[in-house]
Formats: sequence, C-alpha cells, structure tokens
Amino acid sequence: MSEAPRLSLIRWLLFALGLALLPHFAHLVSWVPLLALGLGLWRYRLAATRRPLPGTWLLLPLTLAVAAGILVSYGGLFGRDAGVALLVLMTALKTLEAKSRRDFTLTVYLGYFLCICAFLFSQSIPLAAYMPLPLLALTATLVGINHTDGALEGVLRFRLAGAMLLQAVPVMLALFVLFPRVPGPLWGIPQDTARGVTGLSDDMSPGSISALSRSDAVAFRAIFRGAPPPSATLYWRGPVLWNFDGRTWRAGERPIPLPGPAYQAEGPPVEYTVTLEPHHKPWLFLLDLPAKVPGIGVLTTDYQALARQPVRQRLRYEAASHLEYREASRLDAHTRARALQLPPYGNPRARQLAERWRAENGDPLAIIRQALALYNAEFTYTLTPPPLGASPVDGFLFDTRKGFCEHFAGSFVFLMRAAGIPARVVTGYQGGQANPLGDYLIVRQSDAHAWAEVWLEERGWMRIDPTAAVAPQRVELGVAAALPAGEPLPALARMEMTWLKRLELGWDAVNNGWNQWVLGYNQQRQMEFLARLSGSRPEWGDMALWLTGLLTLVVGASAALLLRPGWPAQDPAQRAWRRFQNRLARAGMPPRPAEGPRDFTERAARQLPRSQQQIRQIGTLYLQLRYGGLPDHDGIARLQRLVRQFHPR
Amino acid sequence: MATRALPNWRKLLRTARQHTGHAMLDRRHVYILPTRSGLLFGLLLLGMLLGAINYSLSLGFVLTFWLVGLGVVAMLHTWRNLAHLAITPGRTAPVFAGEPAVFRFILADRHHRARYAIGLKHGNDPPVLGDVPAGSTTEIALALPTPRRGWLRPGRITVFTQFPLGLFHAWGYVELEAACLVYPRPAPPGTPLPRFSLQAAARGRHATEGDEDFSGLRGYRTGDSMRRIDWKSSAREQGLYTKEFQGQGRHLLWLDWEMAAGRDTESRLALLARWALDAHAAGLAFGLRLPATEIPPGQGEAHLQACLRALALFGEAP
Repeated sequence: MSEAPRLSLIRWLLFALGLALLPHFAHLVSWVPLLALGLGLWRYRLAATRRPLPGTWLLLPLTLAVAAGILVSYGGLFGRDAGVALLVLMTALKTLEAKSRRDFTLTVYLGYFLCICAFLFSQSIPLAAYMPLPLLALTATLVGINHTDGALEGVLRFRLAGAMLLQAVPVMLALFVLFPRVPGPLWGIPQDTARGVTGLSDDMSPGSISALSRSDAVAFRAIFRGAPPPSATLYWRGPVLWNFDGRTWRAGERPIPLPGPAYQAEGPPVEYTVTLEPHHKPWLFLLDLPAKVPGIGVLTTDYQALARQPVRQRLRYEAASHLEYREASRLDAHTRARALQLPPYGNPRARQLAERWRAENGDPLAIIRQALALYNAEFTYTLTPPPLGASPVDGFLFDTRKGFCEHFAGSFVFLMRAAGIPARVVTGYQGGQANPLGDYLIVRQSDAHAWAEVWLEERGWMRIDPTAAVAPQRVELGVAAALPAGEPLPALARMEMTWLKRLELGWDAVNNGWNQWVLGYNQQRQMEFLARLSGSRPEWGDMALWLTGLLTLVVGASAALLLRPGWPAQDPAQRAWRRFQNRLARAGMPPRPAEGPRDFTERAARQLPRSQQQIRQIGTLYLQLRYGGLPDHDGIARLQRLVRQFHPR
Repeated sequence: MATRALPNWRKLLRTARQHTGHAMLDRRHVYILPTRSGLLFGLLLLGMLLGAINYSLSLGFVLTFWLVGLGVVAMLHTWRNLAHLAITPGRTAPVFAGEPAVFRFILADRHHRARYAIGLKHGNDPPVLGDVPAGSTTEIALALPTPRRGWLRPGRITVFTQFPLGLFHAWGYVELEAACLVYPRPAPPGTPLPRFSLQAAARGRHATEGDEDFSGLRGYRTGDSMRRIDWKSSAREQGLYTKEFQGQGRHLLWLDWEMAAGRDTESRLALLARWALDAHAAGLAFGLRLPATEIPPGQGEAHLQACLRALALFGEAP
C-alpha cells in the first residue's frame, strides 16, 4: 500500500499545509515562510510534471543551508522562534521527499503541529476563528490518504472531515472544561517569549514613560465591586524607585516583604478584580494601600505588590485597597538615607533652589506648596518635551519647562530630597477608561504615570502628584484631556467618542470575555467554575471522576448516534412514486407485495378508468426515469408535477 | 499496512466461527486497535499537550483536545465502517493447480451507509480493497495460490479497514463456505495421445474408411498417410493427429489410468489431464477410466469439466 498518491491529493496536502503556514507569516523572519512556500510550489510542480523528487544529494545540502540560515537570522536553532522557523522549513523539506502514504501522513501531522505553534505567538479571536480552516483541510487530506487509491471525491473528503471535526467538539469541550490544568511551565520558558512586550520598566529616565504613552496596548482590565471610585483617585502602584544617578531613577535595593500593616484605614476598602496582561515582570498593580493582596503575591515595605514569579501569562486576581488612609510608618535610619539619596554632584541650580526654600520656611508642607506652585505657574505638560542636556533636572526646571509626568515626578523628588524631605518616585498607571459595554475599566500603556511620595513626620508617606499641579485634567479625565491637541497620542487613548472608538470598545469587551473565559481558563478559573457547579471546592479525585463520567457520556452518545443505521437514500423519482402509491392506497388501492411498478400501474388503470390516462403517464415516466439509465432532471420535475396534480377519482 | 504489533495475541482472539452461506460482521466480532500511525498521532497529541501546559496556551489546549476528540470519533468511524457488513461468497471458477484461484466475495451494506476502503486479506498475501456504496454491494476478488489439486478452501479471511484517518485498524474474520476446485496441473504439452483402444475395431467400421467429409481427428499411428496429418494441431504442440473423414470409423479414445503407468499418482493425473485437454482441443470423443471412477466417452466442455473434476478429486473423499 505504498503506491504514490494521486496528484489531486498532493495538491490538497500542499494547500492544507499552506493554510497552516499562513499565520506564521506574521512573526517569522520573512524569508522563512517564503522559502517554505517556494519549496511547496516546487513539490507541486514536480508532481504535476511527473518528474522524480530530488535525491539526498540535493536535500541534505539544502537542509544544512536552511539550518545555517536560521542560525544566522535567529542566532540559534533552539528557543521558541528559531524552533518554529525550523519546523516550518523542515515540514516544507519533508514534502519534497514524501512519496509514500506514510510520508504523507507524517506531513499532515507536522501540519497539525504547525497549527498549534501559531498559538505561541497569538491567541487572538481572529486567529482562533481562522484555525478550523487548516484543520479541516489537513483532516480532509488525511481522509484522502487513507482511501484505497486516493480517488475519493474532494467534496466527500471535506464533508466527512467536517462531520468528524464537528462530532469531535463535545469531547473537546468536556476535556477543555474538566481536564486538570497543571500550571506551567513544565520546563524553562525561553527568554524570547518576553520580547516585544511593552510595559513599565524597572527604571525611569526622562522620556521613558512618554514613550510608553504612545502605545494603546492594554496593560490590564479591572472590574470594581460596586461603583468605581473617581478617576482622580485611581493610582495603580507599580515599581517604587529610590535611587537617582543624576539621570535615571532605579529601584535600588531588593524590596523586602512588609511584616505587618503600618497604616490606619479611614473608610471601607474598595474591592476589585484585575486581569493583568503578561508583562514578564513581577509587579501586580494594585490601588494605593492594599488591604488584601492576592495569594500569588507579597506586599513589600514600600507597598509594592510583587508576584513570586514574573507574570508570563494573563493573570486574574482579586484585591481590596484603601484609598483613604493614614499612613503612619516610622523611618529607620537606613530607609531615611535611601529616601534622601542624591548623586554627590550635578544639577546645582535645583539644589540651590531647594536650599533657598528650606532657608525661607523650614516646614516641609510649605516647601511642597512652593514646589507645586512653581510647576503650576510656569510649566507645560506635553508628550514631546525638548531634549535635556547633561543636567536633566536643571535643564527641565530652569530652561525647557516642558515635560511629561516622569519629568515632574523626578524633578519634584529631587527638589524634596535636596530640601531634606524624604521622598521617592512611584511609577504605575493612573486612571483608566471605563468601557460602558462591559462595565469594566481598561487601563492602557498610555495611562502609565509617575508620581512622588514624600514622608512627613506624623503623616508618614503621602502621595504628591506634581503632574496634577500642572495639568489637573490628567488625573481627573485622563492623559488625552490634559494634552493639547496635536500631541502624538494613540487614537484609542483620545477623548472623542467616535464611532470607531465605540466599535473598538465593543471589540475590547468581546476580547475581555474571550480572555476571561477562554484564554484565562486556568487552574484557578477551572476550580472556581467547578466549585460554582458543585457547591464545594472540588478535589483532584472528584475532577478525575467527573471527567471520566462526562467523557463516557459524550463518547457513548456519539457512538450511539454514529452507529445507528443510516437512512435509505431515495432518489427523487422514487419519492414521487412513493407519494403516488400512497395516494392510490388512500383511494383503496394499496400496492401488493409482489407487484412491480408496471403491474401496479396496469391494475390501477383498470380499476380507475377515469384517471387511467394520468396513471399510465406516471407509470411510464417512472419506469423510464428509474430504469432508463441516464439522469433526467426535466423528467423528474415532470413526474413530480404529475404526481402533485394526481387525484384518483 | 496492518499492525503486526501483537500477532500472537491476535491468534488468541481468533473467534471466526464457521459460517455457512454468508457472514455478517456483527458488533462482537469487529476488533479494533490503533495502527502505527495512530500511535504516532497519540505521541503528537502528547507533545501538543505538554507544549500547551508549558506555555499555558489555552487555545493550544483547545486544539489538542479537538484532535483528541477527532481521534475518538475516527475510532468510531473506523469501527462502523466495518460493523454490520455482510459478506457472501460469489461464484468461483475452477482453475488448474499453479494458476491463481479467484475467490469473489460480495460485500453488502444493509445499513444504508457507504463503506470506504474495505480490505480483504488472506494470510500474508497483499490485501485487496474496495468501496461499498450505501445500501448496495461490491465484489472483491481475492486471488489465492493453488499449490495442489482438489478443493481449495480459503479458510479464514480477514476483513479490515483503516478508513477514514488511518489511526485505527478494525478487523473481523470470516470463514465462508467458499471452495474452488483445483484441477491437477496438466503435464507439459508434447506427450502424444495414447493409441486408440481397440473398441473401434470391434465395431467393425474400420473397413469403411473413405476419403469423404472431414469428421475429426485421431491420434497418429505409424503408417498413416502424411497427407492426413493435421499439421495445425502439431504446430500447436498438441501431438500428431490424423484427420479422419466421414465414412472413416469413429474411434473412441479411452484415457486410462493404466496407460499412464510407471509414474507416481500426481504425475499420472497430470498426464491424464493433459490428454483430456488435448483430446478436447482436437474435438475427439474420449472417456476417462480411473481406478474407482469411469466416465463414459463424450465430447464438449461439460464433459471435459467432468473429467477434470474427477482427476482433481482423485483419491479424495467424495
């Protein structure tokens, strides 16, 4: 059974593989899918012209050349990206040496694998909607390969493959819902999965957050229990930055877990659920002072919530925070030193200004007020600040006076520290966009923000947002409201509620559901879902039992449906004849068991002389259609009309 | 094609019952195991599952589980492709030993479902495949080798299918009451027919030999006129014959067991078969005399078949 499959089969195989290859064009270095396509076309050409396939003398050097090409383009043969590129090209090369049924089967399997590999790069709704197409084509090809001589009609192959894929859906659903989810990874995740992800970084220098603000990628989505608090109070805390080297703010020391709460709440906590997009850093973004930290994370002494592992997949967590509180922590000497750290030299004018304020009025609050007043009076909030020289703080404060939040926050903390007030920079997100279609808040990268916290005797750490002093709309209405028109903000972060934006919000709502229920269906979600079904938290044993039970049910039902006898296929002539017989039977002339159409017609014609002509006409036509050999659509239509008009009298 | 994974185990499963006229592959007699491709598919699914877990790919899970479902459905499809298939033996024409015996099997679907790529297989011979249209029948011919004369019974035939995805091999055994009569392999041509027995002379028609109308051929005897030799049949290497004409005495040819003496049984039968064929080709009337059987002289196809049948079944229980 190793005879060469037919040309049409080769065509379908290559077409199916092409469909599986298509999504890979989006992420592969462009020569890889193009070469694969070329190899496939070459294979088709060879088959169409009945020329022999290339021998090892050609395939082996070609394989080595391909491997070398990937090595150069990707800097390695392993890892996710290089691995997929290698798989794509090896599949294409495999078709060039595929002769037997077994080779073809293997190639189809590789095609299935190509399909799953596409999901490594995107799990979007459009890709998911596209995937049944290559799956159907591959399965139809497999059906063709397994037919006696590959001569099964294409339509039949596709119908059978489609039916089988549909029949497989119940099993898929049962397994998807109940198969125990083991949280990954099982082995190391290659570093390249984190490539190209936009998000906050763990340092801040002039321009870093304004660059992020040009992206409308979603950072996370949040749903509040109850009414959402006003936008101006939504400070999602991310990395806290202590160390300044004259240009860049960094976290400095490793954060330590907070031993116990060090603040007093003044009011009930706000409860909310965050669905965080993977950003490959450990930060969990929470509002202000968290009352409840999700189980996967810890709270540090500077009130950052950190996950124990970098967030590599979409993460859903519940949290509660106090927006009204009284922080009353004490500063130990070490922390005070960190909060007052400044580089030994640089930015002399800013230092002088701070010294002057301190000399004028030693009260920290007065100094803060003076600084904010300075910003308010003479500064401009813009996404495109002019470049700053060797002394960025001085340059910003005294020359350019145009900046984005990181300029304000950075220079403010610098001034505070120079004036002897402990201060730190906090980065994160501020505000967010309410999606009325899904009743949740979308926080985008364009909502990235930086602000300051100062420590005051008696008051503890207190948030000061110097940006709010310059552009109060920024915290109240969002970044788009605060920026003058013409700033290069992404379209989705803008204020106008255009139809396009409405469409986008609707699409985001759909995506959110998709993320929550399909992509985000992990172990935690599975447990929640099953707990809701059963009323108690299920154990592994219960799940195995449920899964077995449900699968037995599903497979049993499928088997029962599939294995019952089919319906006899009747041709239209036969159906019309059956109707004719029924009419005569109602008129008291049922057909006799051993009576053929001719005898039946004769008997009926004799017994019903008035309808004689019609009966004879129908009988003759039926015999002609049924036993005449050639299909005759006009004849069938005529027979159907005659039978319809026939009323035995 | 077939999985040869567990041949011994399969022997144990051998539960083909002796069927009489026809066989129906009912539920309990269709077995199914994954093929090598099926095992590879399983491996592929395992790899996909591990990838989906490692990268936490929800859609990877969806795809993997969909293909798992496809495998399960394929198993049901493969099984139902074979289940409730009726098999009846068709007509079998007798052959000479050494020629392939062609057994025709009629596969009938009574469940109104088209069956594709159904294979019939005998022993380790290459299988023959065919499709059965819904509610209809298909004939599949199996050519079996015929090492010896006598009745050839195909014995256990394996009916199998791997359609539609080749992941599973479903099979059943049938043992039908089909038999093919195998004539002895005729001796190589060239051994002349034995001389006529003297029966003709006893009838006293020898004297009336004349040169009238051609009436037939008889074996060459020394002294026959060269002009009367039938060169055509000698060119066919059927031996030397002399043409007989009307008025010539009708000689009856007896092919006798004793005439082929001096050989072993099979060679004698082979020689007799050759003679019978030659005599038939030459249009001679001949009779066959075997130790336990005697077929009176006759002519024609049916007569030849009867003689060959007697030769084929020589020494076998009737």
